[in-house]
Amino acid sequence: MSASRIAADAKVMLKHGAGGRAMRELIQQVFVGDAKAPADGGIGLAAMDDGAALRVGDEWLVMTTDSYVVKPPFFPGGDIGRLAVSGTVNDLSMMGATEIAALTCAVIIEEGFPRADLERIKASISAACAEAGTAIVTGDTKVMGRGEIDGIVLNTAGVAFTRRVVPDCGLRLGDQIIVTGTIGDHGLAVMALRHSLELEGELFSDVAPLNGLIRRALEAGGDGVVAMKDPTRGGLASALHEMAEKSRVGIVLQASRIPVNPGVQATGELLGIDPMHAANEGKAVLGVRPDAAASVLAALRSHPLGRQAEIVGSCVAQRPGFVILDTGFGLRLLAEPEGELLPRIC
Amino acid sequence: MGGNRLQFRDPARAAAMAEMLEHLVQEIGRDSVSVMHVCGSHEQAIARFGLRAIFPRKLEVIMGPGCPVCVTDMPEVDEAVALAEAGVRIATYGDMLRVPGTARSLADAQAAGAKIDVVYSVAQAAQLAANLDEELVFFASGFETTAVATAALLLSAPPANFSILSAHKYIPPVMEIVAEMPQTRVEGFLAAGHAATITGCAIFERFVERHGIPVVVAGFEPLDILAGLAKLLELIRDRRAEVANMYPRCVRREGNRRAQEVLWKVFRPVGGRWRGIAHVPNGNLRLRDEWSRFDARRRFKIDVSRLWDYAPPSLAQSCICGDIMAGIASPSACPLFSKECVPDNPVGACMVSSEGTCRIWHQYGGQLDLRQS
Repeated sequence: MSASRIAADAKVMLKHGAGGRAMRELIQQVFVGDAKAPADGGIGLAAMDDGAALRVGDEWLVMTTDSYVVKPPFFPGGDIGRLAVSGTVNDLSMMGATEIAALTCAVIIEEGFPRADLERIKASISAACAEAGTAIVTGDTKVMGRGEIDGIVLNTAGVAFTRRVVPDCGLRLGDQIIVTGTIGDHGLAVMALRHSLELEGELFSDVAPLNGLIRRALEAGGDGVVAMKDPTRGGLASALHEMAEKSRVGIVLQASRIPVNPGVQATGELLGIDPMHAANEGKAVLGVRPDAAASVLAALRSHPLGRQAEIVGSCVAQRPGFVILDTGFGLRLLAEPEGELLPRIC
Repeated sequence: MGGNRLQFRDPARAAAMAEMLEHLVQEIGRDSVSVMHVCGSHEQAIARFGLRAIFPRKLEVIMGPGCPVCVTDMPEVDEAVALAEAGVRIATYGDMLRVPGTARSLADAQAAGAKIDVVYSVAQAAQLAANLDEELVFFASGFETTAVATAALLLSAPPANFSILSAHKYIPPVMEIVAEMPQTRVEGFLAAGHAATITGCAIFERFVERHGIPVVVAGFEPLDILAGLAKLLELIRDRRAEVANMYPRCVRREGNRRAQEVLWKVFRPVGGRWRGIAHVPNGNLRLRDEWSRFDARRRFKIDVSRLWDYAPPSLAQSCICGDIMAGIASPSACPLFSKECVPDNPVGACMVSSEGTCRIWHQYGGQLDLRQS
């Protein structure tokens, strides 16, 4: 797209928050600019990874921050509190830092928000922290006038230490792609709730802190685990695109091997939303060297959150930066979602 | 579910059918065989399941004018824009907002303050009107399948402040136009199963007789499409110009009589331009005189002349949507495709709608062949 056509597009739109290409371009153009990588070989803003890595002695200090808005704040399988802890723990884990030193939590609340709901969210935050083996060590609370904010917004930041950082750009030809379980659960559970679809058998969000699961994969695979990402907004499609683009490889996926819950599949067909475009909050994508793939897969499956882990694809030389889906019938590109996910018309 | 469940998504059977297609193309024995389908849902299914990658190389499956949003002509968009700019509230499908008119789209009018509501159905638009103190015009697009819904709504006594600006189109006549184009390479048509559910497959019998080109009615699952193509190639091989129904679980020869009655009670076919293609005799559906009180064209004086003082933007002049919809060119032949023209910022109508050829090729990669890259 030419520069003049970008300049005409001078307002921030919802698509700029949808986790796809538009969002990455906005961040790149406005926030990253000419930011340099840290001199110590660490990971900074320019890498646009899940977090930053700074050298401290002979270890890496990994840090990340994320804000959470979800409508509605309570959904089947979780709530905004569990989401805020899991999201930040998972971003740290995706950098290879699974020992979470501490989290912070800031809360912005709309006037009139029920106190009972706030206490429920707090209880959920504590439970998720206990699961991840960490704690909130400092925080902040603000209240804004009615209508100035929609219900509640949470922000968490986290720090963790690791001896080896796993970036999201380390893929090479032949590397295997592993997903840790069924995809699209969170996105479609929230979407079904929002559109008040009355479905047989409820859908549940997969929101969960993954540091325990990822620790097991790293123990089994060691240096063979070369790239990790959590497929949140934009789904598996966006996460893989980003990994393919940064690593300059093509990724070929076998559709038949991608685990999808039947309820998620059916709801997706009904709404016209591809589960591969829908958010996950308790899943990871791992790029693994071929000789480590079997042991990493076995390690993931030995953990309760990884029972349905599968090797779903591999890296190829053709079409660098693209994700190709083998549907079982033939091949096609797997595009990133463009803009907000909207149910189809007919 | 039992073990004998009928599967329309069976990769092993699909592979066998792809081989059968290859074999049929060999038997026909020419350098290339071209067939056309006229339905965005067929293209969606072909693209989504990656079927183009297993079609024989010598078989060209062209998407014709099968996207109702894409063939809505500029003057029709102009009418909606002129009404909106005159302060009349407009309701329409989301895809219609960004279809370019001569000077502006409905989205442009909306950004400049016009009152435009996106609805999912004509029923939703009528419901909206019932809760308003002002006039509401529903800018209606779609082929005979969608037109039946519009007709049924008018028969159910809609609110008095509700009217229709019809851009509905009727598919059978445009197949005649494409078949008669001097540059056409089309040797057979794959007709849309859902439209034939209403019109019946007998409607194609006269076409087949007149043009000597076979028509096969097909459904939308991968095996439906492959079976439809196999039948079509068989007919081409045997030089049999016939209508075949490969979607018998939904389509009957005479179609849905009740739906046809509803459709023709409200609409009459008139000639009109389809964007980028041609004037199509009987290709547009307009309200009959008895329904003039619900016809926005008669209820309002629509003045589009002041929209015509604008030169079209220069990019639009290199857009080849018309050739693409007529089946003469494929999206990859367009210099703008996936470069200046993307779903976020469409130049031509085929990149606007999720049923448009360019939009579908942009999303799914068209004829993806790793051997070429």
